[in-house]
Amino acid sequence: MSEQIIDIKELKADIVDGDQILKGLNLKINAGEIHAIMGPNGSGKSTLSKILSGHPAYEITDGAIDFQGKDLVEMEADERANSGLFMAFQYPLEIAGVNNLEFLRMAYNSKQKYLGLEEADPLDFDDLIEEKLSLLNMKSDFLDRNLNEGFSGGEKKKNEILQMLVLNPKLVVLDEIDSGLDVDALRAVAAGINAYKSEGNAVLMITHYQRLLDYVKPDFVHILSGGKIVKSGDSSLALEVEKEGYDLLAA
Amino acid sequence: MQNLPQTEEKTSTDMFASLSSQEYKYGFSTDIETDSFPKGLSEEVIRKISAIKEEPEFMLEFRLKSYEAFKNMVDPDWAKLNIPAIDYQDIIYYSAPKAKPTKESLDEVDPEILKTYEKLGIPIEEQKRLEGIAVDAIFDSVSVANTHKKALAEIGIIFCSISEAIKEHPELVKKYIGSVVPHTDNFFSALNGAVFSDGTFVYIPPNTKCPLELSTNFRINTKGSGQFERTLIVCDDESYVSYLEGCTAPAFDENQLHAAVVELVAKEKSEIKYSTVQNWYAGDENGVGGIYNFVTKRAKCEGRDSKVSWTQVETGSAITWKYPSCILQGDNSIGEFYSVALTNNMQQADTGTKMIHIGKNTKSTIISKGISAGKSSNSYRGLVKVTPNAKGARNYTQCDSMLIGSTNAANTFPYIEVDGKSAKVEHEASTSKISEEQLFYLQQRGINVEDAIGLIISGFCKDVFKELPGEFAAEANQLMSLQLENSVG
Repeated sequence: MSEQIIDIKELKADIVDGDQILKGLNLKINAGEIHAIMGPNGSGKSTLSKILSGHPAYEITDGAIDFQGKDLVEMEADERANSGLFMAFQYPLEIAGVNNLEFLRMAYNSKQKYLGLEEADPLDFDDLIEEKLSLLNMKSDFLDRNLNEGFSGGEKKKNEILQMLVLNPKLVVLDEIDSGLDVDALRAVAAGINAYKSEGNAVLMITHYQRLLDYVKPDFVHILSGGKIVKSGDSSLALEVEKEGYDLLAA
Repeated sequence: MQNLPQTEEKTSTDMFASLSSQEYKYGFSTDIETDSFPKGLSEEVIRKISAIKEEPEFMLEFRLKSYEAFKNMVDPDWAKLNIPAIDYQDIIYYSAPKAKPTKESLDEVDPEILKTYEKLGIPIEEQKRLEGIAVDAIFDSVSVANTHKKALAEIGIIFCSISEAIKEHPELVKKYIGSVVPHTDNFFSALNGAVFSDGTFVYIPPNTKCPLELSTNFRINTKGSGQFERTLIVCDDESYVSYLEGCTAPAFDENQLHAAVVELVAKEKSEIKYSTVQNWYAGDENGVGGIYNFVTKRAKCEGRDSKVSWTQVETGSAITWKYPSCILQGDNSIGEFYSVALTNNMQQADTGTKMIHIGKNTKSTIISKGISAGKSSNSYRGLVKVTPNAKGARNYTQCDSMLIGSTNAANTFPYIEVDGKSAKVEHEASTSKISEEQLFYLQQRGINVEDAIGLIISGFCKDVFKELPGEFAAEANQLMSLQLENSVG
């Protein structure tokens, strides 16, 4: 049996001082697997990604999350990241004046330091990043710009994938990575995900549409509705959703 | 999802609630013997200061007429500052380390003072020479160490304490002192003119590029003493100098007054770059103690094609009142002002610049970055004035404010007076907040909260920091992080 990456048990969560969004969610992901979570607006998809990554405006009220033998709930957001959990943001943030390359190296070295490994000097890091850039068909002037500042929607998403490749996480949560992408950008993003994917790691895609799944084929598809997973299946379930809509499935 | 913004507001306030708990690492005081005057200001005190410094007659006259002007003035109250009444009779106007103040070699300096500077990270020893920096150190009222004087003198550069310049180069001092900031200019500059005790003098002869960064470190040590230094820099035709000042003070629970005057004179085709890293003690988190930093800094771009750049990083002081300015008199002269002002806890700052365009085709650039945290108040106040003669004058102003938390205030007061048709004046302003979303984004990439705040702040200040001399840019970055250290729980 392959290594377990994450085990979410009876997860209940809400916005701090707000409404309950997740109402008993169960999900187990093993190494080598690609999972897709689909669901209508308001079903709790984004809440799930924020809970997993440790957003301070969300809180867990019940249940447990085991991340590679560690209690994820007790970990700060940066600790989760350094332990190998990466979330690609639906709306990546712009940070003025912060050089993209310097930021990437800082993030990379934070993880190296956390893991007790050697930090990369600028030259070593340049080599490492050139290789990833070519994978995504990105030009290196991308690195000289400020972090996401003035980036197009497609460039922001590509930058998320570049960060993912540099940080080489154990589990990737892709929060609507396909939203706002044209076909070329979608292909580049998918190529990045497929290049990253290996037997030792796992992907959780959160998406509205079947579109992305044409390029990145999931092993499991789950339908989220009313804060719970109401149906699971293989990739054919996504096609069913496309045809029938969520209402029928959730009913 | 609809109540999300409200929730964010609340948690981000919590997140920054403990912003006030950072400590001032330069807050120690040095136990040395000092010669101090009793508290109080009078003609007698002024005469005594002048006498102890063995000054020529013109200097005493300058002091006395400054004092006359001061007596007829009142504290300025137009700034957006809440300044408690200051008792000017309750201040020590002269304090000097015992033993002979002017030192030929560092061996003569009290080891306790050298230790102080080492603790401040300013080793005055020869190693500074390797870094290409010449240092003057002002301890309370007097200059205690001045390095590299000889090497600079060989190429005609004068870099010494102002007390020494008054004695050794009276003709230069007499010609320029008060020529940019007259003794009647304002309340604090008049006070300074009366009682200034030391400071730095720089003269760069024609056609000379000063090969070293010149630097002065100011330190207030004695409790209850004021510091009134006077700096005068004259850069002759086609010359260049870069000058940097740093400031620290011990943490006392009573306020101390610092009223300095800086005058710069730039002749034809010359350039003066003046950088300040101001880290005076800011008081504690309840606003007890700290320095009142009431400073008049002004440059005269006298010659055509001259240029003056002010770069300031203001992180300390309980109250800052400071407007480094440029009088652009020579045709084609250029004035620049790059400023980062960070206020935290109960600090107040009202700072900015004045650009007075008189010559033709004069140009000025103003980049101001204000950061307010805690319960502080941070104002930019700037004047761009174009006189009728200044044909083709241009100004570009950019004022950005960043708020950390929600219990502080940022204000921008731009004054624009244009008298002439050919001038072009642009003003841009923005206010932003470090958002919890930005912090979370960086944290999700493995960067801890404090580093994340540091990264966002240094990005915000980038346009100003890049104007600082090389090694000081890194120092400024560190200082900003230090000021916000332990800021997040």
